[in-house]
Amino acid sequence: MRSMSPAEILALVLRAALMLAAMACVAGPWLFSLNDLSLLTEFFTLLTLALMWNLLAGYADIISVGQHAFVGIGAYAFYGLTVLAKVDPWMAIAGAMAITFLLAIPAMAVIFRLRMAYLAVGTWVVAEVFLLVAGKLPGFGGGSGVSLPIPIVKAFGGSLSGRTQTIYFMSLVLAVAAFLATWALLRSRIGLGLTAMRDNEEAAGSAGVNLRRVRILSFLWTAPFLGLAGVLVTLQKLRIAPAASFSIMDWTIFIIFIVVIGGIGSLEGPIIGTIVFFLLRENLSGYGAWYPIILGAVSIAVILTEPRGLWGLWRRFNTLEVIPVSHRIGAPVDDKTIEP
Amino acid sequence: MLVTILNLVVQGVLTGGLYALFAIGLSISFGVMRFINIAHGDLIVLASFLLMTFANAFGLNPFVAAVMMLPAAFIFGYGLQRVLLQRIVGKNVLPVILVTFGLAIIIQNGLLEIYGPDTRKLSGGAIEVASINLGGLIDIGVYPLAIFLTAVATLAFLDFFFHRSAIGARIRAVTDDPQAAALIGLSPARIYSFAMGIVMVTIVIAACCMSVWSNFDPAIGPSRLLTAFEAVAMGGLGSLWGTLAGGIMLGVAQNFGAQFDAAWQTLAQHLLFLVVLALRPQGLFSKG
Repeated sequence: MRSMSPAEILALVLRAALMLAAMACVAGPWLFSLNDLSLLTEFFTLLTLALMWNLLAGYADIISVGQHAFVGIGAYAFYGLTVLAKVDPWMAIAGAMAITFLLAIPAMAVIFRLRMAYLAVGTWVVAEVFLLVAGKLPGFGGGSGVSLPIPIVKAFGGSLSGRTQTIYFMSLVLAVAAFLATWALLRSRIGLGLTAMRDNEEAAGSAGVNLRRVRILSFLWTAPFLGLAGVLVTLQKLRIAPAASFSIMDWTIFIIFIVVIGGIGSLEGPIIGTIVFFLLRENLSGYGAWYPIILGAVSIAVILTEPRGLWGLWRRFNTLEVIPVSHRIGAPVDDKTIEP
Repeated sequence: MLVTILNLVVQGVLTGGLYALFAIGLSISFGVMRFINIAHGDLIVLASFLLMTFANAFGLNPFVAAVMMLPAAFIFGYGLQRVLLQRIVGKNVLPVILVTFGLAIIIQNGLLEIYGPDTRKLSGGAIEVASINLGGLIDIGVYPLAIFLTAVATLAFLDFFFHRSAIGARIRAVTDDPQAAALIGLSPARIYSFAMGIVMVTIVIAACCMSVWSNFDPAIGPSRLLTAFEAVAMGGLGSLWGTLAGGIMLGVAQNFGAQFDAAWQTLAQHLLFLVVLALRPQGLFSKG
């Protein structure tokens, strides 16, 4: 048996820490207060959004400034199904995911007609259209929105603590599912193509990666996750409103900062970014408009100095991945071989 | 009925002049530097607030103040490109979008912190209410007409500048092939900075026209960006006059939508853009 290098040991320790953190989260309701559970729910929701944005921007080369559209669609679809169509609340969650997916198809068809640099602003226009339409829909409270009726809220738990725990577990499952699904996608044949695209798009194309198909698949892949995040946001805030459900600040701008600061094009990056984001938010929220200004300045500095974010900084000193996505060539190398 | 429709079209066309002014700078930055500046709309709003402060401080008419601001705007644009944007130009799209995006958020929230969320408007004097009556059918506001003519004059000047002047030829050379241009002794960094200086000049012109015409507040930058973007994309990449055509179409669509309500005003604009895009992704007057 070969001995391990310090870097490998460190990676193992970090993996163990990640596992422990995951286990602590599963035992969450017995460990944390209700306030902490709400905060963690928000954490997992934002983490999911960050994972999805990163999958598109970091791998599939789709820079979306319209991610909030699908969060809002999920929220509105959930309201429409439960309140207006009287569907069972749990079934409505699946329905909201399906509707988000279905609406992503025409959105994709329009957006993908745009050339690269224009695509970003194109997604924003599409999101703007969805927001304005949501404010016009009959039965959804118009521009000022509407609260969820109490019976629907109670379907997720009769008491406040029961409900908080249910929603907490849903957000945990969502984040874990988003994480595992993205990980599995990146490890798959499609993921190999995505990783190749991340590193060099032209080379990937000439090596036989069907760029267009991979892009379309990735874009549609994220939609149901974003829709489900929208449902969870609605269950936490207990109301829908165009400006809040389709909030570009909360569901797109902050998410972009999270991924950029944490490290774009890696699975570790969004996790680090979300942790940093929450630490900054809890400490800087009293500073009003200075808080987004600081986030904006930090992310500009990150792009100019280390485009792969905090995780990229780490990888400069240690090339091991904590979450293995890369494929290794050939047999495991003997530790006596000289590392480059 | 016919008069109403004619009226809507004419007012829409004049509004299109303002939208063309929003779009010219974006068209240049895409045509020359090949990047899309997400902060474009917020720079227009920033210029409006600075114009307000400058005009108030010296008791100047906003039009005079704007003309006096033009040299400073050019220097600011030159510096912005030289110090910040030049570091990311020519790489792939992602860094450009992320940096200008960060810039947009900084400008928006900086304005909010300094000026507060209130809406403002500058007073242009008697010209604002003057109008010309055409054949007893339509009243045309003198001020919207003046803005439209300003847009046409700006476009004509830039057209002349890019295609007839020596520096215009240099800019086009760098645009076509930065490496080859560098070989014959042109500095892409300097040329790009010069072009960004021109972009900032058009931004101040647009800001002046906008801030006398309508209310503004720190949050309206993104919608100005979207309007400018749609005008550029509909007109066609690299087509200066296309921005005017795009702006006019958006203005007319907005005017018809506004017959229902404010949400429809914006919705009609975006829907027209998406329809045009679906039919002609390269824009209506694309050269490429």
